[in-house]
Order: sequence, then C-alpha cells, then structure tokens
Amino acid sequence: MPVGTATSQFTGVDFYHLDSVLSEEERAIRDTVRAWVDEHLMPVIGDCYIQGKFPKQLIPGMAELGVLGANLPEEYGCAGLNNVAYGLIMQELERGDSGIRSFASVQGALVMYPIYAFGSDEQKKKWLPSLAKGTDIGCFGLTEPDFGSNPGGMITTAKETKDGWVLNGTKMWITNGSQATVAVVWAKTGAVDDAKSIRGFIVPTDTKGFTGKDQKGKLSLRASDTAELHLEDVHLPKDAVLPKSGGLKSPLLCLTQARYGISWGAIGAAMACYDEAVRYAKNRIMFGKPIGATQIQQVRLADMLTEITKAQLLSLQLGRMKDAGTMTPQHVSMAKRNNVNMATECAREARRLLGANGILAEYHSMRHMANLESVYTYEGTHDMHSLILGQEITGIAAY
Amino acid sequence: MKIAVCLKRVPDTTAKIVVGGDGKSIDESGVKFVPNPYDEYALEAAIALKEKAGAGETVVVALGTDAAQETIRTALAMGIDRGVLLQSPGSADGFEVAKAIAAELKGQGYDLILFGKMAVDDYNHQVGVMVAELLELPCVSAVSALTVEGGALTAEREIEGGVEQLACQLPAVVTADKGINTPRLPSLKGIMAAKKKPLETKPVSLGAGSITVTSLALPPERQAGKIVGEGPDAVPALVQLLRTEAKVI
Ligand SMILES: Cc1cc2nc3c(=O)[nH]c(=O)nc-3n(C[C@H](O)[C@H](O)[C@H](O)COP(=O)(O)OP(=O)(O)OC[C@H]3O[C@@H](n4cnc5c(N)ncnc54)[C@H](O)[C@@H]3O)c2cc1C
Repeated sequence: MPVGTATSQFTGVDFYHLDSVLSEEERAIRDTVRAWVDEHLMPVIGDCYIQGKFPKQLIPGMAELGVLGANLPEEYGCAGLNNVAYGLIMQELERGDSGIRSFASVQGALVMYPIYAFGSDEQKKKWLPSLAKGTDIGCFGLTEPDFGSNPGGMITTAKETKDGWVLNGTKMWITNGSQATVAVVWAKTGAVDDAKSIRGFIVPTDTKGFTGKDQKGKLSLRASDTAELHLEDVHLPKDAVLPKSGGLKSPLLCLTQARYGISWGAIGAAMACYDEAVRYAKNRIMFGKPIGATQIQQVRLADMLTEITKAQLLSLQLGRMKDAGTMTPQHVSMAKRNNVNMATECAREARRLLGANGILAEYHSMRHMANLESVYTYEGTHDMHSLILGQEITGIAAY
Repeated sequence: MKIAVCLKRVPDTTAKIVVGGDGKSIDESGVKFVPNPYDEYALEAAIALKEKAGAGETVVVALGTDAAQETIRTALAMGIDRGVLLQSPGSADGFEVAKAIAAELKGQGYDLILFGKMAVDDYNHQVGVMVAELLELPCVSAVSALTVEGGALTAEREIEGGVEQLACQLPAVVTADKGINTPRLPSLKGIMAAKKKPLETKPVSLGAGSITVTSLALPPERQAGKIVGEGPDAVPALVQLLRTEAKVI
C-alpha cells in the first residue's frame, strides 16, 4: 500500500463521537500532526529515549508544519489557530512522546507567549518569527533549586544599572535549557521577599555569564533536554526586560497556557497506551485464548476508555471556554490534574497488561509511564493543583 | 503552466470495511475517507512543478458527492490553487466518469493533466487514460519519474525487470505511480488558508453506463497457520503439506 498522507496505523479514541463537534479544520490539523508523528517521530523515538537524546533534527520539520506557537497570530509567522486546534496538536505530539510535546509547549506557551503577551513591538518582531521558524529555540527559567512549587520565593535577582540590567541566580529543571538560543528568565528586581517585583527578561544564551548544563541521570523524559541555568553577572541592555511583565502573575499566566496544552497532551499519551493495550490484548494468546478474553484485562481496558473519554470532554470544553474567553486558571488546574493523573494510570495499566514485553522500549507504554511522572510533577504538581482547587472551593489557601 | 489534478475520495486504506445491506456497496458509516493515495502523488507532482516554474496555476477536479469537498480542501491545504467539485454519486462505469471529467477539462488550456494511476477503492486503472483519449491527448500511464521542460515532458515507467523512458509534447495526460515523489503533508497554515481558496461546485449527471456492480464481498478470513515441526527434521512434512494441502509445489 502506498503511504498516504492521511493514513495512519494509530487510530485514536473517539468513543463519544467528539469528532462530530470538531470543525473540519480542527480534524484536518489533528490528522496532519498525527501523520507527521507517525512518519517522523515514531521511527526514532525509542532510540532517542534510550540514548537520552532530544530528536533535534525534527525541529525544522515541526516548524514547517506550523506547530510552534500555533495559536499565536499570523502576523508573527504563526499559524493563528484556535485553542482547540492547538490542544489537538499537543495531544498528537504527546501521543508520540511527552518530550517532544514538552519542547513544543515550552517554545510556544512559555517563550513565545510571554514575548507576545508582555513584550514590546520590537521584541515581538525580533523574536516571534524566528521562534516560529525554529531557527531560535527558547527555554523558560522560573524554577530554582530551592523554589519549585513556591516560585514566588525565588532568589534570582535583576539589578537595574544606568545602562541596563545585571542578572544573578540559578534556575533548575529547565526544559530546552542546553540547546536554547534564548531564555525567558524570571527574576526579582526588588527585595528578595517582594514577589511583586518579579519580571521577565529575554536573555540570549550566548550572553557572557550565562551557562546551561545538562541534567544527567533522568529516568523520565529522556528524549527531552533538561538543564540547569547559571546566571553570573549577566549584563543585559535596558530593553531586555519584558515591559508588560510584573509580579508572579506574569509567569503564572504563561503556565496557564502551557498547562492547558498539557491537559490535551496527556490524552495523547493515554491514547497511545490504550491503543497499544487493545492490540496486545487481542493478539496475545495465553491459556489458549487472547488475554483480551479475560475479565481482568477487559476491566483494565474499560477503565482506560472511560477515563480517556472523560478527559477528552474536559479538555474540549476547556478549549471552547478558552476560545470564548471564559476559562480561568482554576479550570485549567482541574483538567491538568485530572488528565495527567488519568494518563499515568493508563500507562501503568497498559504496561502491566503487556507483561514482560511492556518493559521494552520497542513498545510505548513504559516510556509514556516514565515520562508522565515528570508531567505529573511539572507545571504545578498534582498536589498543588489539588490545593488550587481546594482554595477555589473553600476560599482558604492551604499552601 | 496550467495543471489539473483529478482527485477521488476513497476509504482510508487502513479502514475496516463492512459491506452494506445491499451486498453491492460498502457501508460508509464510521469509515474515514482520504484522498486516493495515488492521487496524492499527482497533487505533489503538480505543486512541485508549479513551485519549480515559479508561476502557473494548479486546479484540482474531483467527481463525487458533497463530502468530497473535504478531500478537495486537503489538496488546497497541500498547496493547489483552486478546486472544482463535479457533484455526482459516481458510477461503476469508469467511462461515464471519464466523460464528465473530460467535459470539465476540455478547452480550459491545461498543459498537463495528472491522475493517480488507479483509485484504491475500485482498482480500475481506467479513468485517466480514458480522459486522455476523449481529449485526444497523449497519455503516459503509471509514471514513476516526471520532468517537464520547454513544452515537453519526459517520464519513466517501471516495467517488468526494467525502466522505460518516454517523452512527449504537452499538453498531455500523466497518471502517477508510487515512487514519483513523496507527497507533502499540508502545513497547518495551509489548512487554514484552504478555507479561503475558491472551490466551485457543478452538478453533473452521468450516463447509465454499461457496467454494474452485482456483488461485493470481503476476502475470506485467513485461516490460522500450522506449525509442522522445527529445524531440518520438519522439512519432509512441510514439503508433503505444500504438495498435498496447499498444492503450491
Ligand atoms: C522534566 C522536568 C522539566 C521541567 N521543566 C521546567 C521548565 O522548563 N521551567 C521551569 O521553570 N521549571 C521546570 N520544571 C520544574 C517543575 O515545575 C518543578 O519541579 C515543580 O514545580 C515542582 O517543584 P519541585 O520539584 O521543587 O518540588 P517541591 O516543590 O519541592 O515539591 C515536592 C513535593 O512536595 C509537594 N508539595 C510542595 N508544596 C506543598 C504544599 N504546600 N502542600 C502539600 N504538598 C506540597 C509537591 O506536590 C511534591 O510532591 C521541570 C521539571 C521537570 C521534572
């Protein structure tokens, strides 16, 4: 059979006919990214994972497809898509691997978005087109060694001088950190206990005093670049600051964008595991019958399908709310928390259903299972989203 | 250069096909439809030729129901300039389809008319060559390499045990085989832009034709394999079975 552009082995999950409420363009975009993942990512991801290497060679193709900052306006070289289409892109990328979705999330939601939302016209014109083209690669430095769930406590500083800024500090767990050409770094411009003084800075990574060092020894997101950033007397010009950024709410707004995409991405990872589990359950014969003919495995599959379908409903409605302008960060917390947790459970159950084969990189479930542990932790841990929802319900912050 | 590409909407080659209640057609519910894969080679060839020339027009023509508009928009998303839908439920008789397509293409000044060598839903291999005949144009079928220069084309065809090279003057009809190129994926911007490209719909009525489908059946399910033994010891038993049961030697 010739390899058609729209044909694909992976079939996706649509038990509740959600395709019928997607537009023709939304479906076409999803199917195109799905075909791209099949053609370009699936053949290499297993090896990349084992070697602990991000598939950098795929960046130009991703950019040409238009997935980087896909929901930002066309005037900056982006695709100008709505948020449901953007979510479906994240879903398809993460069906391949959470690492490649992380790359796209960081580039689009954590680097391009803050420049778009808080940047000057000059900054937008300078950076957005090259980030969309993938000729610049961005990273987002918020987390520090001693400030993870509590980024407001950060101790990285930006001191204003007469001709610019001087940054000092360390950022930890920074996705794309060692391959980035530009970093959006969050730092305090005032006293160390003044979270209101947090502002964002555009830092070209070849600036003197800036170093990125690979985080070694990861057992999760191995096909993603994670690094520690050191800023030692990094001198920046006056116009390095994002003029409209101010306070912790600025980086949190970026995180809301990224978390929205992650809620969709997790569905993709779960679908990949479900798809693999269903095929395996039908084909693996034990005690003279397919393991899928046993009640235990059927319960596993029924749970997975149900949870994936519920997650799809959450994210789709969330996307429509985002497009309508009615989405709040608390809505996003619910979807990130539920969907990522759902995906970690699906991946684990799929891995178990696959028996010994389930531990191999040739199959996908264990890779997703290990990846999703990072996704569970980053962009607000599962626990932190519980507390955000708890605060929303009771009016009392428990963190 | 003005290029037409004729495109058919077909069930996805990986779709699970169910024969409809009439026993003569497929049950379309829940089946995903895609552009005919061989037509994608033709689309890619047209877009690449226009890109290389730096000028020209590419037009996609599909005969099908309204649902084929989505298929046309896939072609527009890949980069084709405009689309024409000849609204018709189609016919089992390729000649009737060819007549309607030829009528649409005639006198429009096309330098090159591209088809896939066949549609994967009916395996007819007919419509492209029939259109060429109706338009009295030269036709090179099942082309695996194509270049166009100075008002003429050169093409390669993979024939049994070799490669055949051919040349002919434009205008001409070419049907594409695999190997001719790798069809591009539409870009996301292309998908959005496709909405704004012109798509004309024209109802056509096909003649009754002289061929009808009388029945459609799925291939019999494959029987489970048999393991006759292991290693060289198993060879005699295997040869025996290949003779008596499979009757292949
Ligand atoms: C692979 C990877 C990539 C990352 N990429 C980036 C990036 O690009 N940019 C960036 O800035 N950061 C990034 N991060 C950092 C990530 O956002 C943090 O790891 C996350 O915020 C959690 O911080 P922590 O690891 O310091 O955990 P901690 O905050 O120390 O939390 C440890 C545990 O305590 C729990 N906990 C914390 N506070 C409370 C509380 N008040 N009540 C109850 N429980 C609590 C947590 O839920 C967790 O279980 C990345 C992380 C990973 C693993």
